[in-house]
Amino acid sequence: MAIPDTIPFIGLSWNDLLFLAFAALLLGSGLLVVVMRDIIRCGLAMIVCFGALAGIYVILGAPLIAGAQVLIYIGAISVLVLFAIMLTQTKAAPVRLVFQTQAVPAAILAVILALILVLVIGATDWGAAAERLQVGTAELARILFRDFVLPFEVVSVLLLAAVIGGIYLAKRELDQGEATDRG
Amino acid sequence: MINSLDAYLILSALLFCIGTFGFLARRNAISMLMSIELMLNAVNLAIVAFGAFNPLLREQGSIIALIVIAVAAGEATVGLAIVIAIFRNRRTPLVDEYDAMRQ
Repeated sequence: MAIPDTIPFIGLSWNDLLFLAFAALLLGSGLLVVVMRDIIRCGLAMIVCFGALAGIYVILGAPLIAGAQVLIYIGAISVLVLFAIMLTQTKAAPVRLVFQTQAVPAAILAVILALILVLVIGATDWGAAAERLQVGTAELARILFRDFVLPFEVVSVLLLAAVIGGIYLAKRELDQGEATDRG
Repeated sequence: MINSLDAYLILSALLFCIGTFGFLARRNAISMLMSIELMLNAVNLAIVAFGAFNPLLREQGSIIALIVIAVAAGEATVGLAIVIAIFRNRRTPLVDEYDAMRQ
C-alpha cells in the first residue's frame, strides 16, 4: 500500500507535519526552560530544545550546522550548564520564588515584542527564493577556509581567551582566606 | 510551510521572545544564562533560515551560524565562571540578592 503525498483529512504534507512537530517541541521545551520551578529540569528541557532546533536545521538543509548544534550545544554547553547548576544549588534555602517581582511586566513585554516581530515578518518582502537552497559541506569548508579564514582565526583566539578567562575567574584564591571576601 | 521563510522567522521570533521573558523574569543567574542561550539559538535559526532562502547569503549564512555557535560557547564558559565566582562569595545564585552596591 502506497503512502499518500499528503496526510489524509488534513491536507498537510508530511514535511510540513515534521516541521510543525519540531517547532512545537522547540517552543514547548523553550517555555518549560523559562517557567519550570526546578532548575535542573530547566536544564534538561534546554537539551530537548537544542535537539529540536538541530532537527529544524536538518529540515532547513544545513546538516553541518545541525551537527555542530548537537556537538557544541547538547554536548558541551548543556553539560557545562548542568555542572554549574549542581555547583550552585543550595539546600539551605529552597527557592520559593522562581520569578522576580517584575515577571508580569516582563511577560507583557515579551508578548508585545512577539506581536511586533510577527507583524513585521509578515509585512516584509524578504526577496526569498521559493525553494530551500542547499550548500554542500565540501563547498562550505572551501569557503570557510578561503574567504573566511580571518574570522575563523579570530574565533579561535576568542575561544582561547574564553578558556583562560574562565579558568582565571573560577579558580579558587589560595592565599587569601575565604573568610575575608564573604559579602 | 516548509518552503516559506516566514515560518522559520516566526519560529525564531517566538523563541527569542521566550528567551527575553526568561531573562527578565527569572531570579536565578543560571536560568538567566540559559535564557540567553535560547535567544542566541533563536538568532542563529534566523541566520540559517536567511542563508537557506536568500541566494545572496547562501554560503555566508551557514558560516555566520557556525561562528555564532563558537562565540556562544565562549560566552557560556565565561558567564558560568562569573556566576560560580559570585556564588563562592555570596553563597546564593539569586541575582536580586546581589545588592552589595545598593547599600
